[in-house]
Amino acid sequence: MTAYLLLLLSTALVNNVVLVKFLGLCPFMGVSKNMDSALGMGLATTFVITLACAATWLLEHWLLAPLGLSYLRILTFILVIAATVQFVEMVVKKSAPALYQALGIYLPLITTNCAVLGIALLNVQEGSGFAKSLVYAFGSSLGFTLVMLMFAGLRERLALAQLPAAFSGAPVSFILASLLSLAFMGFSGMNFQ
Amino acid sequence: MGFMERFFKQPRWGVHPDDHKRPAADAALRVLPLPARLFVPLQQHVGGPARPIVLVGQKVLKGQLLAEPQGNISAPVHAPTSGIVSAIGEITAPHPSGLAQVAITIDSDGREEWITRDPVADPFALAPEEIARLTAAAGVVGLGGATFPAAVKFNLGKRLKVSTLIVNGGECEPYLSSDDRIMRERADEVVDGIRIIMHAIGAKNALVGIEDNKPEAIAAMRKAAAPFGDVKICPVPARYPMGSDKQLIQTLTGKEVPADARAAEVGVLVHNVSTCAAVHRALRRGEPLVERIVTVNGGAVATPGNLFAPIGTLVSDLLKFTGTNAEPSRLILGGPMMGTILPHGRVPIVKGCSGILAFDAQEAHVPEAGPCIRCGSCTSACPMGLLPLEMANHIRAGDLDGATRFELSDCIACGCCAYVCPSHIPLVQYFSYAKGELQSRERAKLRNEATKRLVEQRTARLEREAKEKAAANAKRKAERDAAKAKAAADAAAKLATPAATPLANPAASAPASGEGVSA
Amino acid sequence: MLMAILSLTLLGTVLGFGLGFAAKKFHVEGDPLAAEIEALMPGSNCGQCGFPGCPGAATAIANGAAPVTVCPPGGKALAEALAAKLGVSVDLSAVADEGPKIAIVAEEICIGCCRCIKVCPTDAILGAAKQIHNVIREACTGCGSCVDRCPTEAMTMQPVPVTLQHWVWPKPAVSTATPALAA
Repeated sequence: MTAYLLLLLSTALVNNVVLVKFLGLCPFMGVSKNMDSALGMGLATTFVITLACAATWLLEHWLLAPLGLSYLRILTFILVIAATVQFVEMVVKKSAPALYQALGIYLPLITTNCAVLGIALLNVQEGSGFAKSLVYAFGSSLGFTLVMLMFAGLRERLALAQLPAAFSGAPVSFILASLLSLAFMGFSGMNFQ
Repeated sequence: MGFMERFFKQPRWGVHPDDHKRPAADAALRVLPLPARLFVPLQQHVGGPARPIVLVGQKVLKGQLLAEPQGNISAPVHAPTSGIVSAIGEITAPHPSGLAQVAITIDSDGREEWITRDPVADPFALAPEEIARLTAAAGVVGLGGATFPAAVKFNLGKRLKVSTLIVNGGECEPYLSSDDRIMRERADEVVDGIRIIMHAIGAKNALVGIEDNKPEAIAAMRKAAAPFGDVKICPVPARYPMGSDKQLIQTLTGKEVPADARAAEVGVLVHNVSTCAAVHRALRRGEPLVERIVTVNGGAVATPGNLFAPIGTLVSDLLKFTGTNAEPSRLILGGPMMGTILPHGRVPIVKGCSGILAFDAQEAHVPEAGPCIRCGSCTSACPMGLLPLEMANHIRAGDLDGATRFELSDCIACGCCAYVCPSHIPLVQYFSYAKGELQSRERAKLRNEATKRLVEQRTARLEREAKEKAAANAKRKAERDAAKAKAAADAAAKLATPAATPLANPAASAPASGEGVSA
Repeated sequence: MLMAILSLTLLGTVLGFGLGFAAKKFHVEGDPLAAEIEALMPGSNCGQCGFPGCPGAATAIANGAAPVTVCPPGGKALAEALAAKLGVSVDLSAVADEGPKIAIVAEEICIGCCRCIKVCPTDAILGAAKQIHNVIREACTGCGSCVDRCPTEAMTMQPVPVTLQHWVWPKPAVSTATPALAA
């Protein structure tokens, strides 16, 4: 149990998918203008990552590895992820049309969010069991959601600040992201032993 | 500061600006010589503007009704002197926009001839409703600056069973001393007015809050109120905005008026001392509100002091009488904190005008606004406990709903935040802008809803008309068919050729074209 | 080789059927967003936005084909409500809200032809044949349909005059000097 908790914590904070591994920067910059859509994006991505990881683990261990087709890994993974995203899109459109509108192009773009494929591939590389890889995926996506929310909250405050014209908009957001990243690097000093 | 506050029991909110009240407050009241022409605006109160009932060229007497109230919340306007109505036209309103407003111009005949006044010998024998009616007929409005019709407030207090009347003698705005002067010189009138209002609203006692920087007024009022046990004079600490009703109520009774609630809901009602004096005059002398005491003060005024002037006097006439040291750099109607900047001197004084300030260049200087340094001074100064810096930030970024979440609607626009701001940010202007903008959006929303209703009604009407037309056509067709059948039967009887068939065509196409127009 | 082809085909078929089933299950009838947006619109179908009536504009806004600021009679209030609905940010200062306009009849030119009365979407014009028409101020949405119909050009759009009751404080000008970086 402790191992799973540690795994959750370390994937969410220490090895944060956005700020430490620099994956999934597209929605991080794109959908972080307000807290609501950031939360929606985070939850949708969490769902996709967790579901895709379960599916890809089964695919890898029950189909690709026994048949010696590991060279098809990326191809099949992308297929599964794309299907999952399509599914999520339908669900969101049905249940929350306003969120669907707010997420806009970024919702189908979860397909190409490298965090999703990256986590699935890393999982396979680790060679861990089903439960552990699920926790790994869930922890990573929690980290993604957390960072999205934090960044959106900061950007909401930043929108009120009086900035020099050269800094307002994207430049100051990049500076903010780098500072956040620096702060998250600090978690690598945590010792869980 | 915390220690000092506990020691001196100073309120935690507000500011303490240099009051600049003296020497103007100590100068005896002067009566303004009657100006040749007076401009009486039709709207000098909150609510609907009054409707003129006099004609151009008509001769009026002092105190004669010039315009009658319109709607539930409104007040009449009376002639401030006797003379001829020379025009009913527009004049610059005492309003920050500098827009024009309709006013009745009276050329005075210099005789100051009163209408027959009908004084009440014993107001305490009258029913409270009768007092409210007489007060409304005399055009008495809140003279502290809010200009809310006094009688409406009486009825409200009566209905909500108010137990305490709070009399506002705070006069916390710097420079102004008209309330101070009326308490010093006409304390008996004020106290009598207080007792009449108590009778009108059914209050058991009255608390008169006077800032402790007016010892003469406190002494005079104590002397006048001595015979009446239920009128209590309470000195309050001099602190701006003590004259705001929510702050005064809290200081005197310890009760806090909830947001979005009226003072009457916590069992108190607030009236200004000048309003009390006006109520006394309206009942005991039968005189409508046509004159008032105006403070003329400021660095550019040669002889600052208080003037007794008729409503409708131009600001330039007042300044001509007091004289000016230099060309005033800025003219303000009201106090320096909440007053209205006037574009020029050709603006008439109104019922709610407690003072005219003519500032010299040094007083009028406004430093350039800098960026907010988030020092929080405005937060500790705000008497309503709001966060002015956050509200202003949201408003500047165009996020008015964000500002509303910080309770913008509770802002009383007292100006404490802007006064203490080290960056000289015009905070109050931000809030006034946002409040106005939100109001106009609210209006637009109502308008949109009204439009939707109108469209629905129109659609319903068109449908109904189309249906009626179709029914009429069907009826006509049926009649025609019957006639045709009869004709055919007749023709068959006579063995004639069939006739009238082409007639069916226009009848059939008529309803179709009718629908085409309505669709 | 054969294994690879077979497994990919199988995977594709399974996912395809799965998505097909999901598409049936989560089918959305029409566009609920467009319906919600249409409920916010004035509903006068004046056509100032360039779309066929308010339903057309609502669909375009829902699809993102039109900005939320498309409706002139709705003005800033509507733009803000729509932006809140869609979760998009909108620069209201850019809204061409130079004040509402309403139709005014030039009484000396009006011939009382009643044509404008028929096109007014809110029944805001009062009049009868051979009688001078008049516009009810409160009901006019300023759509301008009547201006095109008037044969004598007696109908003109005039800005609504600003009165003391409607005047709004201007927004304070933010100093153009940006805060010094070094400070």
